[in-house]
Amino acid sequence: MAESIRITTPFTEEMSRKLKAGDSVLITGTIISARDAAHKVMTEALARGEKLPVDWTNQIVYYLGPTPAKPGDPIGSCGPTTSGRMDAYTPTMLDQGIKGMVGKGSREPAVIESMKKNGATYFAAVGGAAALIAKSVKSYTVLAYPELGPEAVAALEVVDFPAIVVIDCEGNNFYEIGQQPYRHFDINQI
Amino acid sequence: MRELDVKLITENVAEMCKEAAYYLPDDVYRALKRGRETEKSPVGQIVLDQIIKNAEIARAEDRPYCQDTGMTIVFLEVGQDLHIVGGDLEEAVNAGIAKGYTEGYLRKSVVGEPLFNRVNTTNNTPGVIYTRIVPGDKLDITIAPKGFGSENKSGIAMLVPADGVKGVKRAVMEIILHASMNPCPPMVVGVGIGGTMDRAALLSKKALTRSIDERNPMPEYAKLEQELLEMINSTGIGPQLGGTTSALAVNIEWAPTHIAGLPVAVTICCHAMRHAHRVL
Ligand code: SF4
Repeated sequence: MAESIRITTPFTEEMSRKLKAGDSVLITGTIISARDAAHKVMTEALARGEKLPVDWTNQIVYYLGPTPAKPGDPIGSCGPTTSGRMDAYTPTMLDQGIKGMVGKGSREPAVIESMKKNGATYFAAVGGAAALIAKSVKSYTVLAYPELGPEAVAALEVVDFPAIVVIDCEGNNFYEIGQQPYRHFDINQI
Repeated sequence: MRELDVKLITENVAEMCKEAAYYLPDDVYRALKRGRETEKSPVGQIVLDQIIKNAEIARAEDRPYCQDTGMTIVFLEVGQDLHIVGGDLEEAVNAGIAKGYTEGYLRKSVVGEPLFNRVNTTNNTPGVIYTRIVPGDKLDITIAPKGFGSENKSGIAMLVPADGVKGVKRAVMEIILHASMNPCPPMVVGVGIGGTMDRAALLSKKALTRSIDERNPMPEYAKLEQELLEMINSTGIGPQLGGTTSALAVNIEWAPTHIAGLPVAVTICCHAMRHAHRVL
């Protein structure tokens, strides 16, 4: 296995287009957390023609579901949440300039089309590896919508945040590619 | 008659909720390590390395292993010669859940009503509590918090007797293939066969409280567990991004059923197979 590729933010389209499905990466810099409620509020604001409180150009968004932080810690255990719930909002958000998304699970064809158009990459963080991921988070600062509590839009300073490219800008999908060599099962043979 | 104060139940349940969230059981940890040794996919190996390291960090630092600290399933076996005093048993258990999830910095993931008004209860109560009366004068408590990434992929099939072993295998594998990489594999699969629809579902949950190193005592079921495990591990699902370690174990429990039926329920658990057990 090749070494992990180190990437730093801001994450440009040029950087994004170099990554291939199956690449293992370590992200250092600032990533921005947003999940269901924040996506809803932001796309509604855009539909009303308002400007968003956060500039998403060349950002990486993290679909994050944290536990409460213990006193003295920047964040609690913070693994990825299921990305599919964001799919309805994602093409609109990618048009805002987001070039990377981190979550877990499959995405809708409309999202993949928008990724190709915008040159965006979808990364998976390992589902359930929440205590490990927390180790790479150095600070947590709410940027917008504090009223959403743990679902607020927040900046996370990360060092060597581990992730794997699942869907690259060309639409190659490692959820499919990665399974093929090991699939010897046919339900009709039972 | 032996007496047990509900305060003691609350205290223990609170401790157990934290324990379950922080400490992955040894049998699961060892199975992950074995999986890492045999995993063929290079990306699968990276994923398993992270999952193993995650378990070690969570244990060493008393941190939740996964951020979805689950809905709290509680199995109680109450000795018929035990007298519980000082309050209501279920209230005491729920008070323990609230205390454990609050003090332990665990995520509160329960809404009070499922359809029209999904408001978070803010302390993870109520738990899903199953109580049985058994001989003796002890209280046996098992806490099995369940994350919903995997719970949402669980399922049930009401087969007919003619479907037989083949039908059971097909039903289980259809549920597994549909779940694919979504329930955070490597998974542990609990299967309940027989009973009624509800009994089969409960058995599939109970099956997950048995050590994954132990096979069903009846050889036919032990063999079926092994065969299903091999099938699941040849689907390619692997540890989330493809590979050979899709599941760590299949645990089957069975119960008598009706002449006309063959219910099969499957509870899929993720690698976050968290449990705590105490006898008071
Ligand atoms: S399915 Fe399990 S490991 Fe995955 S996020 Fe949910 S609780 Fe955590």
